[in-house]
Amino acid sequence: MHGSGIPIWFFIGVLLVIYGAMILGYGVFEWTTGAYASGVQLTNLHTPVWWGGVLAALGFFYVIKFRPGNSSK
Amino acid sequence: MFSFAPASLADGLFGSWPTLLALSAEPLAHLRTLDILIITIYFAMVLWIGFYLKGRSNTGEEFFMAGREMTAWIAGLSFVSANLGSLELMGWAGSAYQYGILATHWYWIGAIPAMLFLGLVMMPFYYVCKTHSVPGYLDLRYGGGARSVAAISFAAEMILMSGVNMFAMAVVMKVVLGWDITFSIFVSSIAVAIYVGLGGLRSAIFNEVLQFVLIWGGALLVPILGLIQTGGVAGLKTQIMANMQSMTGVRSDSYFHMWRDTGSFAANPMGVHWTGIVFGLGFVISFGYWTTDFLVVQRVLAAHNLRAARMAPIIGSFFKMAVPFIVILPGLLGLVLLQNPDGSRRQLVGEDVVAACAVSSSSGQVEDGPACSAAMAKSTLPAAYQQKVLSGAPGSELHSYNQALPLMMVRYLGPGLLGLGITALIAGFMSGMAGNVSAFSTVWTYDIYKPLINKKGSDSHYVLVGRLSILIGVAVSIGAACLVMHAHGIMDYVQALFSIFVAPLLATILFGMFWTRATKLAGFLGLLFGIIFSASLFMWVKLVPAALANVALSPDAKPMAENVFRALWAFLFSAIVIVLVSLLTKPRPVAELDGLVYGATKLPKEEPAPFYKKEWVWATLAVIIFAGLNIIFW
Repeated sequence: MHGSGIPIWFFIGVLLVIYGAMILGYGVFEWTTGAYASGVQLTNLHTPVWWGGVLAALGFFYVIKFRPGNSSK
Repeated sequence: MFSFAPASLADGLFGSWPTLLALSAEPLAHLRTLDILIITIYFAMVLWIGFYLKGRSNTGEEFFMAGREMTAWIAGLSFVSANLGSLELMGWAGSAYQYGILATHWYWIGAIPAMLFLGLVMMPFYYVCKTHSVPGYLDLRYGGGARSVAAISFAAEMILMSGVNMFAMAVVMKVVLGWDITFSIFVSSIAVAIYVGLGGLRSAIFNEVLQFVLIWGGALLVPILGLIQTGGVAGLKTQIMANMQSMTGVRSDSYFHMWRDTGSFAANPMGVHWTGIVFGLGFVISFGYWTTDFLVVQRVLAAHNLRAARMAPIIGSFFKMAVPFIVILPGLLGLVLLQNPDGSRRQLVGEDVVAACAVSSSSGQVEDGPACSAAMAKSTLPAAYQQKVLSGAPGSELHSYNQALPLMMVRYLGPGLLGLGITALIAGFMSGMAGNVSAFSTVWTYDIYKPLINKKGSDSHYVLVGRLSILIGVAVSIGAACLVMHAHGIMDYVQALFSIFVAPLLATILFGMFWTRATKLAGFLGLLFGIIFSASLFMWVKLVPAALANVALSPDAKPMAENVFRALWAFLFSAIVIVLVSLLTKPRPVAELDGLVYGATKLPKEEPAPFYKKEWVWATLAVIIFAGLNIIFW
């Protein structure tokens, strides 16, 4: 957003970090315990692990780049 | 916006929901604690944004126009997101399942040319005249008569659409998750009322951008994993062609061609003709929606300068071209990947068939065997499977086309990811509703309340009216949702509002913006008579279904063709009225049209910028990609 205040990208970053961490954490739990949800396909790809990681990494990038008070954004 | 959802959704979902809701049906998905937590965090975030922005929405300019300080990226993403509702996602995925890649027309030719035209040609006039709304532009150009007709029709449309969307989403949540319908309506609508009521348009735009990211984050996995399982696009194509030959009367590879088979209504699965796609959809409906519907134009008017306002729809066009990847592709993948519990290929059917074959909660059997049998006979379900349905065999439940996307989500998304996918659907719904109520609030305050009820209020008074109108608007929407719940016959009429208004409004604005000779009376009469003409065509087909062949010019035309041809005739009718009346009445002096009409306006010089920041560069790139995609999928 133009002007002062917290940019929307920061809010998005925070949400992606939270979601990414939760999904990644559950994915690691699934992988280590083998307790996959029934009926879900392609569990061998460990989708929650890499997708959660992608969301968290993207979120971190936005949080750091658009954090309040960061003048370089 | 719901009015842009496919006819299959409108015709199906709403016609059959009383049956769907009255009888028990196992929900498609069961959420775990992690999924519920993800959805709860989403609601907390949107409310936090609303409260955070409350302090920055004190003046009329801040509340209704977001302070006109949005960047091109934010305005552009919001512009696309306001249209990317969950009903569109599910409806078009279902349409892709039924009609193949033809459904992509609604995303490409049905959007891209109009978005680029808005950015390059029309935006300067909307922006330079500093109007708060599209009816406000009509006021400046044609006077109060045209403004009032447009404002009242638009406000009514927004609020009714909002109610329809609200109820439709609650039905979806009931069918997909088994959630109580009243719970879904109240939780989502109250959340929207709070964050838009507190933060105004700025809050709506912020949340739309957030929702846009969530929609991609939640829906992108389905096509990726689906393509892995089919062996890529080549594998998908091979499998669809093998399946389709036996199911449809059209050529088996028609599902992969957007234009090749549109020379005849009967040669393609959608029953449309290229003239309807190009002139009805590509011109009248698309230009009407993307350039004159205040719901989307309002997002661009909030840009911080003219260059950003012109760039916003151009940026949006790139994302719009990408949306079929998360909407159309899952529908196509569903054709080959969805399976019954016994491992056989699952065939989806129309909502009417699902409703006719609803299972009684007490007996566990199909309620009305003969009706179910008759409905299934019209489908392409194998005879053996029809028998299983009639006998109530375990695992023989039917699913509709509109459930293609949720079924694909359930197939691939485990705990956590499923919550994200469902959040994407909820986010899509809420962004559409926020668009409805924020646009309604502005039009109500500036184009109805201020000129017709209280001309002398202070700025803070109008902000208060705007906030109250959001609360009242949401309350009326809930009332409309309850109304359609108990009198579902009115749904068709509410659905038709957009297509009835859009064509006459487009003609009125285009002539107003590009023809200095168009007069005040011509604008008013062209808009009014155009709406009456369009409504008459709608009622004609409604009362005499055979009239569809006259409206769409072919006995082979299907309902999908009706909207595009009706819009085309209504546009031409309005245009003729405007031209004739203009030639018979006295025009305004050209000097009065500065800032309003092409040829009478000196546009402000824009700041010098490097070539990569110029709008025509990006518009040219968008045109090249658009043309390339249409050639690739010819």
